[in-house]
Amino acid sequence: MELESLATLNAERAARRAAVLVTPLDGGPQRLVKAADVAGDPLGAGIAERLRLGKSGLLETDAGRYFLTVQVPPVRLVVTGAVHISQALAPMARLIDLDVTIIDPRTAFASPERFPDVRLLAAWPDAVLRDMPIDRYTAFAALTHDPKIDDPALAAALRSEAFYVGALGSRKTHAKRLERLGEQGFSDMDLARIKAPIGLPIGAVSPAEIALAILGEVVAALRLTSPRGEAS
Amino acid sequence: MLATDDQILNEAEAWKRAGRQVAVATVIETWGSAPRPVGSHLVIDGEGNFLGSVSGGCVEGEVITQALDVIADATPRMLEFGVADETAWRVGLSCGGRIRVFVEPVT
Repeated sequence: MELESLATLNAERAARRAAVLVTPLDGGPQRLVKAADVAGDPLGAGIAERLRLGKSGLLETDAGRYFLTVQVPPVRLVVTGAVHISQALAPMARLIDLDVTIIDPRTAFASPERFPDVRLLAAWPDAVLRDMPIDRYTAFAALTHDPKIDDPALAAALRSEAFYVGALGSRKTHAKRLERLGEQGFSDMDLARIKAPIGLPIGAVSPAEIALAILGEVVAALRLTSPRGEAS
Repeated sequence: MLATDDQILNEAEAWKRAGRQVAVATVIETWGSAPRPVGSHLVIDGEGNFLGSVSGGCVEGEVITQALDVIADATPRMLEFGVADETAWRVGLSCGGRIRVFVEPVT
């Protein structure tokens, strides 16, 4: 592995772009293929499939055997609501290597004392998500219970390739939410992406238990399907 | 926090830039119940310092020994571990799986 390939791999990942290091197992030079250049590569189809799965693995072709080291960006969890559940969610999410951002314009909630060591943005989600777009390696959870904050963020998430979109609230709350978002022009298929009530059905009661249910659902979306949410 | 495989490759780059000799070991194939998935990395320097894991601890010692040879002669090696392998008497996977590990120098 040349230092230059290794450096490019790391730089692409830091810039939230995927890249693949192709190692011919019968000898021959390695090469690095950036996500944007996959289509033009001789092994394009095989590399594209590996990228879709987001997993490293072997590729066997008539031309030989290759190992593809797939590097995808760190998985992000974007949350609206610096609420009680988020206080439990943030440290738990960090343990499973999710890069957490919490957005809440209410400065009384979004205080560093309540959220040590977390990227906490005391701003409106539409402004934040314009500067930090949600990509296919991002999960989004709406947790404020306040439509003024959650709705614009959910709209941004539904317009994105987010691999997970979840929203807190009872079935009744969610039905009203779907009505509002429907009026904004989202189709039933768009709206069906929203996991609500949020979280795996484990009978969660306390904020930490609800956080666990949410994270379980996020991990399932990440691991049981490809980053785009297609069945793998 | 546990180091992820991505962080491990960042560290491999940092070690190399700091002038250390570095090898990267990667799990490229698994059979049966292997402890770490395909794509897992172990990064080793010329002094035997390491980061990451290719087997959750079962065969790391042997991989590190081989990595020192890889660093010494700058030639990649393919290693295989598991119950079906005669090296199982020496180092084996207690879980009964088999893994193939590619060890290469960072040049």
